[in-house]
Amino acid sequence: MNWLLDLTPDEWNAVRLSIKVATVAMLASLPPGILIALLLARGQFWGKTLLNGLVHLPLILPPVVTGYLLLLTFGRRGPAGAFLAEHFGIVFSFRWTGAALACGIMGFPLMVRAIRLSIEAVDRKMEAAAGTLGANPLWVFATITLPLILPGLIAGAILAFAKAMGEFGATITFVSNIPNETQTLPSAIYTFTQVPGGDEGALRLTLISIVISMAALVASEVLARRVGRRMDIE
Amino acid sequence: MSVLVDISHRLGGFAIDARFESAGRLTALFGPSGSGKTTLINMIAGLIRPEEGRIEVDGRVLVDTDAGIFVPKHKRRIGMVFQDARLFPHMSVASNLRYGLWFTPPAQRYADMAAVVELLGIGPLLDRRPAKLSGGEKQRVAIGRALLASPRLLLMDEPLASLDEARKAEILPYIERLRDETKIPIVYVSHSVAEVARLASDVVMLAQGNIIASGPTEAVMQRLDLLPVEERGEGGAVLDTRVLRHDETFGMTVLGSAAGEIRVPRLAVKAGAPVRVRIRARDVMIATEHPAGLSALNILPGTITAISPGEGPAVEVGIDCNGATVLARITEQSRQTLKLHLGGRVFAVVKTVSFDRANTGVGLPAEADG
Repeated sequence: MNWLLDLTPDEWNAVRLSIKVATVAMLASLPPGILIALLLARGQFWGKTLLNGLVHLPLILPPVVTGYLLLLTFGRRGPAGAFLAEHFGIVFSFRWTGAALACGIMGFPLMVRAIRLSIEAVDRKMEAAAGTLGANPLWVFATITLPLILPGLIAGAILAFAKAMGEFGATITFVSNIPNETQTLPSAIYTFTQVPGGDEGALRLTLISIVISMAALVASEVLARRVGRRMDIE
Repeated sequence: MSVLVDISHRLGGFAIDARFESAGRLTALFGPSGSGKTTLINMIAGLIRPEEGRIEVDGRVLVDTDAGIFVPKHKRRIGMVFQDARLFPHMSVASNLRYGLWFTPPAQRYADMAAVVELLGIGPLLDRRPAKLSGGEKQRVAIGRALLASPRLLLMDEPLASLDEARKAEILPYIERLRDETKIPIVYVSHSVAEVARLASDVVMLAQGNIIASGPTEAVMQRLDLLPVEERGEGGAVLDTRVLRHDETFGMTVLGSAAGEIRVPRLAVKAGAPVRVRIRARDVMIATEHPAGLSALNILPGTITAISPGEGPAVEVGIDCNGATVLARITEQSRQTLKLHLGGRVFAVVKTVSFDRANTGVGLPAEADG
């Protein structure tokens, strides 16, 4: 077991960075994820099919393409990248924030799908009942809709986290593979496989990423079950 | 306190055109399924926006399509009890009850948690989850939840329709208490003659989106011809009476009415208490002279004031018994044999055992009568 936990500083950094990137990617995509899921589940507007397609694009495009598009848009010289850097001092290219952005976008369709399904399952009559009790639409959302979609929200968030933990193609295309800055677990494993004698390191990191992903999955199961039991939905 | 509804609305191929005004304690919107009652009540609650028309509660305009007024549901302060209760599954009973409280400005709160819990007998349920409640308990909690938002009007949309007879019998007394002990006017949707006759002070009768009769319960319920076909057998006269005394020897209660004394199975109410009875027309026999050697205990003398054709071989006969009208459904053959005619002196005969729990209820207090 010792060889498994005996990580080099660079390997530890890759593990820490991966968890940080995945967590930030998950948390940052939650608000827009809920909003877009709401729009898709409830909205009636022109261009809904287009929006739906756009959200799902990262799921069907080769990750390299997504990464390259991110590079074009959010790179130093990209329109969005230049704007954000100039006005807000937010820089994505070759930073861990860029890795988070790439991971967030790659996990976004999974998150939106899970949340959208749970929103569609909400009994709108409950919301009408809350309205007759004096709650305005915002309060209805906060006190009725949100708690009722909590299991879907958790599932979506964990899916996005797991996806971010495993994201490789878009990340390496967009922000490269810089140790301590953008070298996430998959990138580190990839690096190990490219050098002679790197097998042991690759295996170590592979096992670690399996453990983290499994832990996330189990955590989501437990959370969802606890929420479900609290609501007694049979 | 009054409710005014005057709307016209089209829903696919179905058109509703209704106007009524009521100042009753409990106004029943009564009619067969598909007659538009639920649509009307949803419009009062603000869940449906009428295409055209006007809705006022207590002089406050909630909808006026000409003036472009539509008050959203959360600003109406109108409580609603749904057929399916709609308790929030993620909250305890206590949190469900308190929900409306958060959104009611303190100055407008009049409902008191302890009083409502006591009124509805839901004290033991407070810590439970809605999924663990029976149908009747859910409905009582739903009523409490609506009350605690301190509404200016309480709407009830067939609150008993999804319950079995035992559960209905469990809840009816609570609705009677609600009607008699609180000041909140109630609009109650139902397709059941038994419920309407027992609870309502006023009835608005609907058929196919139109109002076909409205007024005090005793008057409207006499129009047996207007009742939905499947409920016609339940139709009959509604009499407001008072308990004169109890006959403990035979387990009966003697009620005093304008028509005379009526003996019914023992009721668990005090002497002097108001009791409303419904005498189903099919339970009434007619005799042309005072019957002798008859087991039936209630023999009410009166004068025939109406004879109208009923379903199939039946005719419906209205008998004025000293100011109270009793309805009888007999065959045309009997009518001819007995030579019944308008103005004829007859006796209406009703068996004591034909009064059951479904057609005896707590009457409205005197000030609401007539």
